[in-house]
Amino acid sequence: MADAIERAAVEAIRRAVIYLPPDVKMALIKAYEREENDVARAQLKSILDNIELAEKMARPMCQDTGMITFYVDVGYDFPGARYVRDSLVNSARVATQSVPLRPNSVHPFKNVNTGDNTGRYSPQIHWELVPGDSLKFTVVPRGGGSEYPTALHMVPPGRGLDVLREVVLESVLRAGAMPCPPTIVGVGVGGSVETAVFIAKKAAALRKVGTLNEDPELAVLERELTEAINELGIGVMGLGGKTTVLAVHIDYAHRHPATYPVAVVFQCWAARRATAIVEPGGDFQILQ
Amino acid sequence: MAAYNFRTPLREEDVRTLRVGDIIYLSGIIVTARDAAHRRIVEYLRAGKPLPVDLKGGAIYHCGPVVVRRGDAWKVLSAGPTTSTRLELYEPEVIEKTGLRLIVGKGGMGPKTAEACSKYGAIYAVYTGGAAVLAAQAVREVVGVEWLDLGIPEALWILEVENFGPLVVTIDTAGRNYIEEVVKKAEEKLKSLKASLSRQ
Ligand code: SF4
Repeated sequence: MADAIERAAVEAIRRAVIYLPPDVKMALIKAYEREENDVARAQLKSILDNIELAEKMARPMCQDTGMITFYVDVGYDFPGARYVRDSLVNSARVATQSVPLRPNSVHPFKNVNTGDNTGRYSPQIHWELVPGDSLKFTVVPRGGGSEYPTALHMVPPGRGLDVLREVVLESVLRAGAMPCPPTIVGVGVGGSVETAVFIAKKAAALRKVGTLNEDPELAVLERELTEAINELGIGVMGLGGKTTVLAVHIDYAHRHPATYPVAVVFQCWAARRATAIVEPGGDFQILQ
Repeated sequence: MAAYNFRTPLREEDVRTLRVGDIIYLSGIIVTARDAAHRRIVEYLRAGKPLPVDLKGGAIYHCGPVVVRRGDAWKVLSAGPTTSTRLELYEPEVIEKTGLRLIVGKGGMGPKTAEACSKYGAIYAVYTGGAAVLAAQAVREVVGVEWLDLGIPEALWILEVENFGPLVVTIDTAGRNYIEEVVKKAEEKLKSLKASLSRQ
């Protein structure tokens, strides 16, 4: 079983870094068709050509193969539960060699790179216990350019919703060209600080582009924010035009009455993810 | 806006004709350099030590490529640009002291680099962030590598490229810094958006 989980994870990582999920690809194609600015169009064309070439040559689409994060749902009755952690960590090591991935795991004080994408809290693993007897995990490799401009604001609770729009727009402006726009912006509202960042990141990296928010009011807010951001004119790679974001994804958590955290997370156009489902017998499939 | 084919070594008078928004396809030699390499280049320059590669009329690429060894030869698998702002610390001095003519990266650079560009005759251009496989296609050959002790992504990779582009000029010798202008305009736009938001 340990072996099956590891193989599923290596394959999920490989697929994630080489093949962009169809929803993201579709959003980029639509953006290319809509864009009128010539410089921006040429950039989007390079992105689309690059995606196609990566698929054809089976090579990672971007040289920054990111920090590896696993979002894991373990079934209560999944028989291999005890092997999951070690298998996921091993898979990062194996994939670093076999894909190959760029080693991106550095000791923050000693500045030493472990060379195999493992280390303390690395790869990151987020756990969820769910009903059922199978194992499901999504791997998200995120580049440094996406991670760097992350913003967390503690806004005055009395003005929460009023300043939310401003906070998001300002964060996008400050991020500028760093996260390789067009991006998907994840906004986490409420909760405690780590919850705000966590749900923002999940909204940016896991939710499919083109899906509507379940909450109709938030769906409206997402659309308004997308339009407002694109009006700023930062554009693809900061070169102007109307394609700064592909989507804004909002999630929320109940908050303490005295605090109002707002987290803004950026996901670059290389919004890589792949999901593995491992059955109790060890068979697995990879979905994108 | 116009498109040009350029071959290294680049001449100052050619570079000075380029304007922001122009597009270049580069052929010839380009040398990759990220943070550690820049730090060492500046150390060498200050100590008067010769660099292992002549940058006169040359091009630098802010890039940490993925490179593998196939037999005796190196092969570049992916070679997208890295964020250039981190190199703002070193680049003006490198431009001044080496006769470098072209810098390629992503995300734009600051006023010190822009000043050095107009003073000494160099330009900054961006390549599409993340388009790493496409970029690697333009690499004909790895001509050499220096400072491998810095690690593969940080070493100086001397690459022969053919029609590497489109590279969009965003800092020219006339003092314009296009990405900064885009951000300034966005700031103005944000101010007016904020005014309308608070009226809602
Ligand atoms: S921000 Fe994304 S696309 Fe850009 S270099 Fe980093 S990982 Fe690649």
